[in-house]
Amino acid sequence: MKKHSTFIIYHLSFFALYLLIVQCSMINVFAQIAVKGETVWTMAGEAIQNGVVLVNNGKVEAVGAASQIKIPNNYRVINAKVVTPGLIDAHSVVGLAGYLNQPHDQMQIESSSPMQPELRAIDSYNTEEKLVEWVRQFGVTTIHTGHGPGALISGQTMIAKTFGKTVEAVTLVPVAMIAATLGDSAIAGGGRSPGTRAKQAAMLRAELLKAFEAVRKTDSQKTNRNNQTNATNRTSGNNQANNNDNSPNMKNLNSSLKNPPTQNNQNTDNQNSSAAQPSTDLRSDVMQRVLRREIPLLVTAHRAQDIMTALRIAKEFNIRIVLDGASEAFLVIDEIKASGFPVIIHPTMYRAGGETESLSMETASKLKAAGITVALQSGFEGYVPKTRVVLFEAGIAAANGLSMRDALATITIDAAKILGLEKRIGSIEQGKDADLAMYDGDPFEYTTHCTGTMINGQIVSEVVR
Amino acid sequence: MEKLLYLIGISLFAVSLLSGQERPTAFINAKIIPVVGQPIEQGILLVQNGRITAVGNARTVRLSSDVISVDLNGKVIMPGLVDSHSHIGEGAGGDGSSPIQPDVRLLDSINIRASGIQRAQAGGITTVNVMPGSGHLNSGQTLYLKLRDNANTIDDLLIFDKNGNYAGGIKFANGTNTLRSGSGNFPGTRAKSAALVREQFIKAQDYREKTRRAGNDKSKLPPRDLAMESLVEALDGKRVVHFHTHRHDDIMTVLRLQKEFGFKVVLQHVSEAWKVADEIAKAKAPASVILIDSPGGKLESVDVSYTNGAALERAGALVGFHTDDYITDSRLFLRSAGLAVRAGMSREKALYGMTMANAIMLDLQTRIGSLETGKDADFIVLSGDPLSVYTHVLQTYIEGKKVFDRTDPKDLLIATGGYGASSDREIHIDCFDDDLGGQK
Repeated sequence: MKKHSTFIIYHLSFFALYLLIVQCSMINVFAQIAVKGETVWTMAGEAIQNGVVLVNNGKVEAVGAASQIKIPNNYRVINAKVVTPGLIDAHSVVGLAGYLNQPHDQMQIESSSPMQPELRAIDSYNTEEKLVEWVRQFGVTTIHTGHGPGALISGQTMIAKTFGKTVEAVTLVPVAMIAATLGDSAIAGGGRSPGTRAKQAAMLRAELLKAFEAVRKTDSQKTNRNNQTNATNRTSGNNQANNNDNSPNMKNLNSSLKNPPTQNNQNTDNQNSSAAQPSTDLRSDVMQRVLRREIPLLVTAHRAQDIMTALRIAKEFNIRIVLDGASEAFLVIDEIKASGFPVIIHPTMYRAGGETESLSMETASKLKAAGITVALQSGFEGYVPKTRVVLFEAGIAAANGLSMRDALATITIDAAKILGLEKRIGSIEQGKDADLAMYDGDPFEYTTHCTGTMINGQIVSEVVR
Repeated sequence: MEKLLYLIGISLFAVSLLSGQERPTAFINAKIIPVVGQPIEQGILLVQNGRITAVGNARTVRLSSDVISVDLNGKVIMPGLVDSHSHIGEGAGGDGSSPIQPDVRLLDSINIRASGIQRAQAGGITTVNVMPGSGHLNSGQTLYLKLRDNANTIDDLLIFDKNGNYAGGIKFANGTNTLRSGSGNFPGTRAKSAALVREQFIKAQDYREKTRRAGNDKSKLPPRDLAMESLVEALDGKRVVHFHTHRHDDIMTVLRLQKEFGFKVVLQHVSEAWKVADEIAKAKAPASVILIDSPGGKLESVDVSYTNGAALERAGALVGFHTDDYITDSRLFLRSAGLAVRAGMSREKALYGMTMANAIMLDLQTRIGSLETGKDADFIVLSGDPLSVYTHVLQTYIEGKKVFDRTDPKDLLIATGGYGASSDREIHIDCFDDDLGGQK
């Protein structure tokens, strides 16, 4: 009998331990946390002094002054000097580019061909990459990463949270943009194309034209089908009818693309076309999505003439673009402003030389002053440091003309806007993802530390960096 | 009117030349961080003829009636920054013909009009060790430069000793950069790298011995050998060995070689110093640290850490910093000290590492590295705390002459970047502009 009870106690203690472990992991996943900050930069309105962020079930439950928010008893309380939204790196290559810098961990460029928009970032992204952990420890919770600059069209990009086991678990947007590069870094050597800037533009236009033709063909087939099945649904197919002469001259092109049939019913159209016609051409499929304005072309262009080429082509094909790098953006501010396109500007501390020789630490502030939406990026580095940290780049921008708030915006809410995710991340507001960064002082100061990072309500870093 | 001013200027200049004495300039109402000695609130830095003649405050420094006063309104003065490892000036040392080329001088390679030199001035760097690269076990002789303004040839930037020799070290490297198996006689392994270097130093010891034995008998002298001459200078401690080394075992190899041959060494980069800090301190080897935003980029720096400065300080080693420009930007050199403090280094030692420690590593500690009477008037004026991201270098002075002024649009362009910022400097010879060390 005694033996028996010992046995039970023995097993009960294991069961208790088991319960404890389960409970702990439950707390981790569904934690209810109150983050108190002496300063809370919500990026929605003014910074709150002595603020509280209540986190429940991965989302921001409430945010406000400590005097107005009651912290429930069962919430774990974390104190920080400064709290900001989790930082967003608007353009990176980490996860594809690894810190070892050996051929096996450099997946950001595939050099067999100058245009490969079919290459998916999600098929390359390594969630365990040390550089992802590195930037996370400085408060970066979301990265727009993928194929890098350096080829006319290098491939696709994706948007991911910086914590999680599989690419499926971390990805917010699997196909975010198509990465294109104009200028020196995408000129192929040895007699291969593109060998000049003009050739780059010609090849890019030819690719877009091909996609335009494919869009028109798909849509006219659909129109025909629609006409057969539903005679009343005529109006939506009008554009195709106008362009049945098949001549790809600019006037027809423009009139067609300015009134794209896909603009009004983008999603349903998309579903219809994919349901009716399974993919047969990976490259055409994704380029058609660019033509349909579903995804933007991310155009890395440093020289003023390359920036203008990007704007010219965007206008010609009525596509959306995001300007990237843009060292000489300050020379064509009016033109960029008129285009309405945002700029993911080069890292503030980027090296000047070659086609980036004119870059300035003040460009972010000049673009912001002109009313252009601007975000900062860690960019691509081929040597050391293997990645930059957007927190540092924003700090230097803040020291060179941007206000504290505007500098923070380049790595939070404005970055979210450019990525089309401003309803979910980029600011601390009720209902948004509970992505937070915590610091023991002014986040931009060299001597301040990031003391904690939260993603989806979970503390994912507590090292002091 | 302009002509008149010009004439006055010329005559003033002539007078100062005749008397051999420049009017003293007092930089007053400054927060002075002398690096050697305690910070001074409302301090005075007195400068004359390119030298510091006094450092103190209104009670301790007596100003003569002819003094030119420059009120700095509470701005910060600290010594000009010394960069113990940089690649500004577009220089290149050894070529691909062999892994050890001590005969090659960076002196014969520098473009003094390169914009990188101006960027360094904008970053507050006044003295710099310009090095050839790290793709060789030995890529040649390095060059210590003062980044003086209005230089027309490399001679205008050199630092001469009492005997009229210009200052410089010699660059060695181990680790991955030099491993080029199959490329000529370059090494394929670390052990081979060490063997090749030892072989050359042993040759140099023989060469030195032959020279000594010859004494005054010129007929017995060995034939002149440029490479051997340079290595003998290293053996004699006249030419500091700047050794690029990252991984802990590579660092230990350098210390082993140093012990065997007795050269004066500076450990350069030392990515994994935090693993062998005690060994470095015990060997009394100075270490020049680089602060890199993220680890990796190459295999020998996967474990690089912001904590290197702190770890070496705790162990008691002499710690300096360098830009390795273009690896990090000379304009942001102070950032290195900031990040080191972020990772636990003391503020005092971090600022010492930007100045005095590096001066010691270049064997120039009697002339530069701190604000002390008798030293070169190399200093910078900062808008605030040297370790704050918001602080700008406002002015840079070398030997009492202003070489950078953030209020000058041309200098501001260099400091922030912009169209034309990377162009080679235009030459403008200007006899008296700035010469008085005061305001423009």
